[in-house]
This record gives sequence, C-alpha cells and structure tokens, in this order.
Amino acid sequence: MQQIINFLIKNKRFLLFLLLLCIALIFTIQSHSYHRSKFVSSTNFLSGALYSWQHSVSDYFGLKKENQRLLEENENLRNQLSALGVDSVATKYLDTLSFDKPYTFTKARVIKNDYSKIDNYILINKGEKDSIVPDMGVITDKGIIGIIENTSKNYSRVISILNSNSRINAGLKKSNQYGSLIWNGKDPNIVQLETIPRQAILREGDTIITHGRSTIFPKGIGIGTIASYKLNQNKSYYLIDVKLFNDMSDIGFVYTIKSRDIEEIKSLEN
Amino acid sequence: MNRDTLLHIIRFIVLVLIQVFILNHINFLGYLNPYIYVIFILMAPININKGLFLVISFMLGLIIDMFGDSGGVHAAACTVIAFFRPVALRSVFGLSYEFQTVKLSNVGFGERFAYVILMVLTHHIVLFSLEIFNFSHILLIIKKTLFSSLFTIVITMLVLVLFRRNDS
Repeated sequence: MQQIINFLIKNKRFLLFLLLLCIALIFTIQSHSYHRSKFVSSTNFLSGALYSWQHSVSDYFGLKKENQRLLEENENLRNQLSALGVDSVATKYLDTLSFDKPYTFTKARVIKNDYSKIDNYILINKGEKDSIVPDMGVITDKGIIGIIENTSKNYSRVISILNSNSRINAGLKKSNQYGSLIWNGKDPNIVQLETIPRQAILREGDTIITHGRSTIFPKGIGIGTIASYKLNQNKSYYLIDVKLFNDMSDIGFVYTIKSRDIEEIKSLEN
Repeated sequence: MNRDTLLHIIRFIVLVLIQVFILNHINFLGYLNPYIYVIFILMAPININKGLFLVISFMLGLIIDMFGDSGGVHAAACTVIAFFRPVALRSVFGLSYEFQTVKLSNVGFGERFAYVILMVLTHHIVLFSLEIFNFSHILLIIKKTLFSSLFTIVITMLVLVLFRRNDS
C-alpha cells in the first residue's frame, strides 16, 4: 500500500498529464461521431455572445452584397408567384388554418462559419427559444447548407455539408435515382455524391437536388451541378463530384426548415 | 498578485481573443491558419508549478476548441507540449535551464528559434493527427503540419521580437 502511494506521489505529474490527455481524447473522439459532440461546443452563452458581437460589427461590410442577393431572391420568388397566377394567391382567404403548411421556414443569421477544416460547423443566432430543434434542415435561397445538430437557448450549431460526418440524401433532378452526399475534405466548393446506380444517365452540368426521402429537407432543394463523374472500382456505382450552388465561404442569412409531419412519420417508422 | 502574474493572465486572454477572432479566419491558400496562442505556453515562467501549468494549458486548448468547434484537439495538443516543455527546454538550453536562469527574452536567436520550432512542430503534429483522425489521409496530415508550422513559427518569432521586454 505504501509503495502504491509512493508510486502515485512520485508520478503525479505524469498521471495528471494522462488524465488530461484522456479527457481531451474523449472529446476528440466524440467530435468525430455524428450527434455526440454536445459537450464542447460554441453554442454556449460565452462564445455565442462573443461571436454575435463580432458579427454585429463585421455585418456592415457585407450589406451591399446581401442586398443584391435578396433582390435576386425576390425576383425569383415573384416569377414563381406569377407562374402560379397572382389572382389565386391574392384572393386566398387567410386564417390560422391556412398558415398550416407542410414545411415552415425560419430565417436565421450565420454568426460563425468554417470551411477549411475536415469537420466544419456553422453557428446561427436562433435556438430553442425560436423552437429550433436538432435534425432540422438549413438552406439558403440557392441550396442546402446542412442540418441542425445541437441547440442552446439562443444559438444552434449546424453540421455543414462540408463535414466528414454529414450524409444527406440527394439525387438527380431529371430522374429518380438517388445516393448519399458526402465530403472528402479537399475542396470546399466540391462535394461527392455516392451510390448512384450505373443505370443512371449522367451528363456534366446536370442538376443535383435533395430527394425528399427523409423528413429533413423537402424534395427539390438545389445542391449543385455535376462537375465530373466516374464509375467506382467494381463498376456498380457512380462517384460524382458535385459543384455546389452555394459559395460555402460566403453565407449570410439562412433558413431553417421545420417539417409539420415529422412526428407522424417518425411514429410510423418506429 | 504580482505584476508578472497579471501580465501572464492578460497575455492568455489577448492571445485567445486574437486567435479566435482574427487568426482562425485567415485560411491562407484555403486551409492554413497560424496557431499563435501557443506563445502563452512558450512564454510561461520557467519555475511555474508543473501541475498547475498542465491544467492551465489544458484549459487554454479547451477554450480554443470551444470557439472552433473542434472537439478536444487543441486541448490534447496543448497538454502534450506543456508536458514536454521541460524536455524541450533542457535539450535546447542545457545547463542554464537546470539552474533556472533562462529568460526567453535574453537568450540568443538560434536557441530561441530551435525551442520555438521544437514546440510548435510537436503541437501541430498532435493537432492535425487528431483533427483529421484518419491514417489514410496521412499525406494531408503531413502537408498541413509542415505548412501550418512554417506559418506559425514565422509569426511567433515576429511576435516574440516585436513584443520583447527590454527591462529585466
């Protein structure tokens, strides 16, 4: 017993080192598995508040570009509206029931954005207070950004599509084949689409969209266009490089998507 | 609390803020960031309580991790270099470390440079191995370690020269 205590006292620094290293390694390993890195996260009040303070300063420099983007989106939406026929929209009777639609969009502002690491996360300034919950989709007017992973009272962390843990169902716009969207960590403008069956007919420049096979994203949200493609080693699937519509290094405002039917679908699945 | 302790605390806070709000967004050539917050570990007093030093370094790394959403990679890297700092000091400064007469502000350029290289390289190897965490990307680990180390070492040396204290 005496010897054990002597050993502990003699090596106390080394043991402390091992303890701290183990804690750090546990955090690291957790951060490499999806949905488990809750403990060390920038959604806490200190870093969240500091980041939103920093953003409120740097926000002014992007106003012109942001305006331009909003004008373009407005133009786009107006065109869609006129295609639907403005009359039917204007005369629609609005009450609390007619607001009930399959997907609800909430705007949020990006206050921190990474794109140079292997596992990238985005911090947005809406949280549990605004009824944001994990597993909601996040998009911009151009295309998808990622999925809410972790929320606090005022902030949420989005697991970006530029993250090695992210897997999103996506498919071709012109046919119904679909695969999963991953990122190999190299170029922040290019993501990879796997497991599209070889029967699919592909051309460079074809559009890739979300496929609506999960409750996270509705069908038909843009992702990008095919930059190049090749068959995998045993020639059963295509591996496709997808050039994103979004410039992931330049994201200002985003929308979170809440699906009305998510609980109904989940209870059916279980 | 004496003046030196206060100086170290202020340095800790300033380095964290600079790292988090400026240097994490540089992304030179797409992926290179200097990690100069290690200056705190480099400049910590020679005769500091080693247990306390380990814990402070761990906390420093953890704070950087918290802001960068990187799990525990900076915490691990900081703990490792804090633990190996005596070894690095002894191998670079030799006898003058044993007698605890080393002051980083008045050693020669060559010795200081060797010390910074040793510490920064160790830090970056641990950091990027854990961040990428995949042996099939070993080339990427080496590439990132080398280029980022170069970047960090240059900026660290500049900072050490520019903010040198002339008293003492």
